[in-house]
Amino acid sequence: MVAGPNDNEIISRVLRGETQLYAELVKRYQSFVFTIILRYTKSREDAEEISQDVFVKAYRSLADFRGDSKFSTWLYTIVNTTCITFLRKKKLDTQSLDNEKVFEVADSQDSGFRANQVEQKSKLRMVNEAIQLLSPDDAKLITLFYKGEQSLEEIGNIMGIDPNTAKVKLHRARTRLKEKMEKHFAAEVKDIMN
Amino acid sequence: MNTQLNMEEQLWSYIDGTVSEEEKSFIERLVATNAEWKDKYRELLEVHDLLNNNLELDEPSMRFTQNVMDEIGKYQIAPAAKNYINKKIIWGIGIFFITMIVGFFVYGFGQVNWSEPGTNSYSFDLSKIDWSKFFNNTYTNIFMMINAVLGLMLLDMYLTKRKRKLQETSPH
Repeated sequence: MVAGPNDNEIISRVLRGETQLYAELVKRYQSFVFTIILRYTKSREDAEEISQDVFVKAYRSLADFRGDSKFSTWLYTIVNTTCITFLRKKKLDTQSLDNEKVFEVADSQDSGFRANQVEQKSKLRMVNEAIQLLSPDDAKLITLFYKGEQSLEEIGNIMGIDPNTAKVKLHRARTRLKEKMEKHFAAEVKDIMN
Repeated sequence: MNTQLNMEEQLWSYIDGTVSEEEKSFIERLVATNAEWKDKYRELLEVHDLLNNNLELDEPSMRFTQNVMDEIGKYQIAPAAKNYINKKIIWGIGIFFITMIVGFFVYGFGQVNWSEPGTNSYSFDLSKIDWSKFFNNTYTNIFMMINAVLGLMLLDMYLTKRKRKLQETSPH
């Protein structure tokens, strides 16, 4: 839980002219925004540039935030659109957002990533490395649900899809994550499950 | 395969708490009595707990907040879209286009000679169309009149709004 004034209070005060208070919102959500963007770009520099762009866009459109959804949901909607636009414009070294084959190729290329390190990997590293093997959309869904405190309905709003579709997509993303962990961290998974 | 997928989806919904009371007790019964369901449930719950407790967020650079604040210093918050997008104008535009479409339909059907038997030929010669008919027709005139009235209504709404705005902003 966040301490201090809630998001809507901060927004009202920023709109009344206390511009510096916007820094509080940035601090509150920068890691969520940065992490989701990093699922797409893999480059920290680009992710930081896009994150900055997201916060500037959110600031400029702050008067349009009606407060009928959570600020974070509204912000992640901007993340979603900004990310896609930025990637299309810059043609970064990422493939189609839905192209999972690319990540299958990545899987086959990272054999050094498993084997000798498997035993020592903590659960933490296992989960966070396995998530990077997922497609950006899958990784984003999982991050929004588990870390972004977004319900399936809110995820649906962010991604412009029906909540039921979001639910099915999330189920499949977790199943794929489980498969990645089983494939790349077999020993760890065995330890955990037993 | 489908049964397996279905079982996983039902179990995920159960874990996420998005099932109805009826489904919940059905799944609970299956987990308690069926070994396959029990194992799968345990497996998925493990993944759920791993994600709940171990998923990390990345942090941007230390200067990130400051960079954003420096950047927003160059901009102003744009006025809310609802302030400059008048719903009445949108409705007006919608009515205008609907009237146009309906007008064309009425005119088109008005031109059909229903008593003449149909032919299978769909040949259509543009040069044979008498364009003067389109603009000397009662329906067209009525349609144009409606559009003109709508246009005047929109102009009136716009001018009224501007007048009100000027009155509000002018010093007393």
